[in-house]
Amino acid sequence: MHTDMELFRRLYRIRRFETVLLDHFKSGIFPGTTHVSLGQEANAVGVLAHLQEGDVAVSNHRSHGHFLAYGGDPQALFAELMGRPSGVCGGVGGSQHLHWRNFYSSGVQGGTVAMAAGMALAEKRAGNGAIVVDFMGDGTLGEGIVYECLNMISLWQLPVLIVLEHNHIAQTTPAKLTIAGRVSQRFETFGIPTAELDSSDILEIFPLAGTLISQVRVESAPRALIIHTERLGAHSKGDDTRPPEELENLWQFRDPIAIQAARLPEAERARIVDEVDADIQRAFEAALGAKGRS
Amino acid sequence: MSEQLPRTVLDSLNLGLHKALVDDPLAILLGEDLLDPYGGAFKVTRGLSSAFPDRVLTTPISEAGITGIAGGMALRGLHPVVEIMFGDFVTLISDQVINHIAKFNNMYNGAATAPVVIRTPMGGRRGYGPTHSQTLEKFFLGVPGLTVLAPFHLLDDDPLGAPGGLLYEAILTSDSPVLFVENKLQYLLKLLTPADLVEYELDTDRSSAFYTLRMKSAPAAMITLATYGYMAHLALEALHRLAYEYEIFCELLVPTRLAPFELQPLFDSVARTGRLLTVEEGTFSLGWGAEVLARTAEALGAGLRQARRLAAKEGVIPVARELEAACLPGVDDIIARVREMV
Ligand SMILES: Cc1ncc(C[n+]2csc(CCOP(=O)(O)OP(=O)(O)O)c2C)c(N)n1
Ligand SMILES: [Mg+2]
Repeated sequence: MHTDMELFRRLYRIRRFETVLLDHFKSGIFPGTTHVSLGQEANAVGVLAHLQEGDVAVSNHRSHGHFLAYGGDPQALFAELMGRPSGVCGGVGGSQHLHWRNFYSSGVQGGTVAMAAGMALAEKRAGNGAIVVDFMGDGTLGEGIVYECLNMISLWQLPVLIVLEHNHIAQTTPAKLTIAGRVSQRFETFGIPTAELDSSDILEIFPLAGTLISQVRVESAPRALIIHTERLGAHSKGDDTRPPEELENLWQFRDPIAIQAARLPEAERARIVDEVDADIQRAFEAALGAKGRS
Repeated sequence: MSEQLPRTVLDSLNLGLHKALVDDPLAILLGEDLLDPYGGAFKVTRGLSSAFPDRVLTTPISEAGITGIAGGMALRGLHPVVEIMFGDFVTLISDQVINHIAKFNNMYNGAATAPVVIRTPMGGRRGYGPTHSQTLEKFFLGVPGLTVLAPFHLLDDDPLGAPGGLLYEAILTSDSPVLFVENKLQYLLKLLTPADLVEYELDTDRSSAFYTLRMKSAPAAMITLATYGYMAHLALEALHRLAYEYEIFCELLVPTRLAPFELQPLFDSVARTGRLLTVEEGTFSLGWGAEVLARTAEALGAGLRQARRLAAKEGVIPVARELEAACLPGVDDIIARVREMV
């Protein structure tokens, strides 16, 4: 059931996870770096809520939101980010390299599109009706392998939905310095029907993603969904070079959690927030308390 | 499938692929120009698209893409076999191999496997020039998670022949990705039969995938020659001539699994001879021979009395016949180098 409350819960769960992660990053318990999905939670929830048993999700470096929306366990994800044996991949993969059930992510831009295409080919040949959803960022449009794969995805009519999370920035570089032409043409030119949406609102993303996913499933054919979205946090930890006024503005108008919260009665909202906060806190503490590597 | 034994390396590889498609419903071939009547640039896949129309996928000229796609297919249970038309183009697939396919199993903590087999012909001596003649597998040796194989042109006791048998095994049984290094001139070599080998003693070490050859009832070998692939054919000729023309006796060690490195039969041979010459068609610096020598030195210490490497000159491989021949190691080069050493 995807009630307003349930959708809010799912969005806020990702938000809370990322916030707790960032709050503790400075303490040094998390090795390396991490890319949080602040601002993009509604893409993950709105798309992945439509997956069925057997479907496959492929994600990139910014994978926490996708993993949690897929149904991944926050405790296992915290543990993975801490490098614990109890983590999703035993602490080997870390933030960018997750695999659990039919969820896969990897940290090399572009290669995940090839993974997704191959997986969709395998599912198509298996004839079980499963589909693949692949998340990619706008900066990744610079990688050549993406176009090799878009061509084969269309040529072989592979059942994959490509979700381009177009936050108009790649690390520190605005898309206008790197992307020529219209982004939708990058897909359409290969014959992949493409929908485009400029929104951080789960109630807009969720139904459109549902329509596209059922088209992919019924026709066993590809679709692309371009979601114009906003990255509300830094690229990884502290590398945000955007002016504070710009960010303030984004937080005010493009925060998917605030947008959905406004639809709930205050008491309901507060109750969900308390429950999720407690859940995420428990997950964090359990991950922290789990046995490390001696 | 024909009842006849394969005659050449090409026949053998073709039979191996055919049998893999028969026995393994998950096997599927991808590559450029694979379809009949052409059957692949070097004909290794000839007849297969006719016999298995939906199991042989001809692809756009997208080496990185098809290799990456094969990785995704393998993660979801298929056994893809990719043909890269010329070995030179492994540079285009290196990210897919090194950062994706070879890593999946380890980075996902053992929870996924990606059994992709990538076949490609390396090698020169056909006048194809700088970008279609190279031997580049050295860049893929020592990639964690990647197995590199190179067939030996032997009939062996395998009805597929040793090359086809090695390929068949890789497709059906390997859990890890495999780079299967073929060679353009090796394709045409006749498989060595017992009749061809009457003058030789042949030892086969299955676990480390090594063959050892020496002249029958000859005096103790004075030097170990180590090489693989098409160079093993040239080295065998050198071994024969060294025995007859110079009374220098060698042992020829031919690995078919280049990586991961497992060199025990080679160490055993060098422990007997004290001398090692490695021969490869790739360029000299940081090559296969360098690693083999280093490991032999580590294993044998002073037991390795003398060591040399023979390899291609470090430059582009020219088209002109004489220039190309001068660039790549040949039989005379092996003989000359051995004579310097003993
Ligand atoms: C091949 C490759 N080049 C560079 C990087 C380093 N890198 C990681 S994320 C990133 C920006 C990606 O931007 P985008 O695709 O728009 O995704 P976003 O971070 O905006 O979600 C870069 C350059 C990488 N991981 N892989
Ligand atoms: Mg971006």
